[in-house]
Amino acid sequence: MENILQAIGIENYIFLSVMLFCIGAFGVLYRRNAIIMFMSIEIMLNAVNLLLVAFSTLHQDAEGQVFVFFSMAVAAAEVAVGLAILVSIFRNTGSIDIDNLKNLKG
Amino acid sequence: MEKNIALVLVLAPFFGFLFNVFFGKKAGKTLVGLVGTASVLVSFLSTLFFFSALNANPSQPVVVDLFQWISLEKFNVNFSFLLDQLSVLWLLFVTGIGTLIHLYSISYMHDDENMNKFFAYLNLFVFFMIMLVMGSNLVILFIGWEGVGLCSYLLIGFWYKNQDYNDAAKKAFIMNRIGDLGLLVGLFIVAYVFGSLDYKVISEGAYNTQLVSNNSGLIALAALCLFIGATGKSAQIPLYTWLPDAMAGPTPVSALIHAATMVTAGIFMVTRMHFLFDLAPQILDLIAIVGAATAVLAASIGLVQNDIKKVLAYSTVSQLGLMFLALGLGAYEIAVFHVITHAFFKACLFLGSGSVIHALHGEQDMRNMGGLRKVMPITFWTMMISTLAISGIFPLSGFWSKDEILLTAFHSNIPLWIVGSIASIMTAFYMFRLMYLTFFGEFRGTEEQKHHLHESPALITFPLIVLAILAAVGGLISLPGNSWLNHYLAPLFRKAHEAHHLDATAYALMAVATVGALIGIGIAYSKYIKKQEVPVQDAEMKGFASVLYHKYYVDEAYDVVVVTPLKKLSHFFRNYFEVAFSETVFAFGKIANAIGTQGKVLQNGSVGFYLLAFVIGMASILVYLFLV
Repeated sequence: MENILQAIGIENYIFLSVMLFCIGAFGVLYRRNAIIMFMSIEIMLNAVNLLLVAFSTLHQDAEGQVFVFFSMAVAAAEVAVGLAILVSIFRNTGSIDIDNLKNLKG
Repeated sequence: MEKNIALVLVLAPFFGFLFNVFFGKKAGKTLVGLVGTASVLVSFLSTLFFFSALNANPSQPVVVDLFQWISLEKFNVNFSFLLDQLSVLWLLFVTGIGTLIHLYSISYMHDDENMNKFFAYLNLFVFFMIMLVMGSNLVILFIGWEGVGLCSYLLIGFWYKNQDYNDAAKKAFIMNRIGDLGLLVGLFIVAYVFGSLDYKVISEGAYNTQLVSNNSGLIALAALCLFIGATGKSAQIPLYTWLPDAMAGPTPVSALIHAATMVTAGIFMVTRMHFLFDLAPQILDLIAIVGAATAVLAASIGLVQNDIKKVLAYSTVSQLGLMFLALGLGAYEIAVFHVITHAFFKACLFLGSGSVIHALHGEQDMRNMGGLRKVMPITFWTMMISTLAISGIFPLSGFWSKDEILLTAFHSNIPLWIVGSIASIMTAFYMFRLMYLTFFGEFRGTEEQKHHLHESPALITFPLIVLAILAAVGGLISLPGNSWLNHYLAPLFRKAHEAHHLDATAYALMAVATVGALIGIGIAYSKYIKKQEVPVQDAEMKGFASVLYHKYYVDEAYDVVVVTPLKKLSHFFRNYFEVAFSETVFAFGKIANAIGTQGKVLQNGSVGFYLLAFVIGMASILVYLFLV
């Protein structure tokens, strides 16, 4: 079977994905700038997408790739909504520091 | 054709009700009275149509099937009407007297600000009464039964600004509810035994000896329960105490609902279900005894009452007792006969008393009346005719019907005859006491009242005259020996009830009854005309008279036996059970509150913290899934 997995093993894809995911997760946790956090979330999402494509190729099953298309489409919509929320936060508070948003404190 | 006329008959008063409810205030009093009266008159005319149709073809009662109402696998209730001899007869006097009383009310209630409401309730009452009478099964009877109870409640408490009147209305409603429960249980048993509530099916079942002998106990129980229902609606012992209090309502209401029509619903129901009661002779005996006891008890209370309407109220209870005595003796058509004559003379008496009260601007105490004979001749003469009729003086209607009842009692049970005769003598006494105190002697009211005394307008006297004529000649429908009523009702009963023959016993009993009535009148004459006695004030009453005046303390006894324990019980429940239950429920609330107080610390508003918690949570799930 002639494909890219023979050149680079599946382990490497998994490794890369996990690294990307963790980078994203830590980015979300450590940064306070909402746009950076948003970018980190996108990294996590794409880590998962990458993994899905890799496994899809491994199993010779197109379903994973189809799923990735869906998730990318949804992600695009989500980004639009998320950025709109960020713009509105900025208009209201004058910053996009996430720690300023404590109005929902119980 | 017949279906449409039947619908007009039922719905005309309902239309009147709707009109008076929604447009009454705007339409003005004249139109309200006109529409209210006309709608009942339309019903009366429709009834006449059915009456003539039925006379032409006695064996073919009209059945109007509207729709199937309740449909179960083995049990069906049709919404249909039955117009046979009994229901048409009842409809005749309900709508006929109803029309007259509506006419009377136009004048009587003219000064009331809520006249449209009054006519609306009155129309609604007639509608429900027609439903009660016309239904072809017990369920429709029950609808009407509850409906007339509701209207009775609304009309007793019509002058709702007086708390006593509201209490009287509630008392009537609650007493009726107790009876209604009996009726309802009776309905269930009948439905269980016969598999239907349709009169026709039940009557066929009642002649099925196999079915009857298998269920004789249940049938007797059903008859008992139905009778309990009748005691509530028709004011018999032990549920009669609401009727005298019901006099709080406007006088036309007392005449229509609490004398002529609604209170006879119990007698109608028993007559309707006579085939069932015939199967339970022990219950019939009970009915006769209760009827006789009620007749004499209520009559004895009536002897000393001073409120003109209270006297008539107790008289009504007493006369209803006589009707139940007749029912209990199996003489259904005689009970029906007395219902009709009683409707005539009692409606007339009530309307007459209303005319008197009207002239005296609301005065009801007979101690403050007197001498009205010359000022109000029409009222006096009409009431006099009715009084003679109720006292059983030959040849007025009451003589014939009461005599038939006593004759029947004499033939089957002498003690019951004695009790009934005593009640009749008392009736003659208290009715003439009423007449003498109200119309004879000198006027005892205030100067101002005396100045304003007047005969009532034509709208009030016309119904009085019509009713007085009917009270005089009403006996013609069932003369002994040649009874039109017996002949008319014959298709209703499987075994023909022969009218009593005019033998020596009958003449002797008539003589005894007349002499008894004359004795009663004589006592009243010597007390109130010769000695010019006026009943003493409440506080000066002593001995047995005081006991009578306080109605044997029955209300007080009910208070002690039923009301007070019930109140104690409810206080007990409120103080202990209520507290226990609510504390338990509150405890759950407190637990939730405490958990919430602790839990809200987590909700600290920092998005970073939430994300951290989220990641840790996800990580722990992963660890759990893959590593543990």
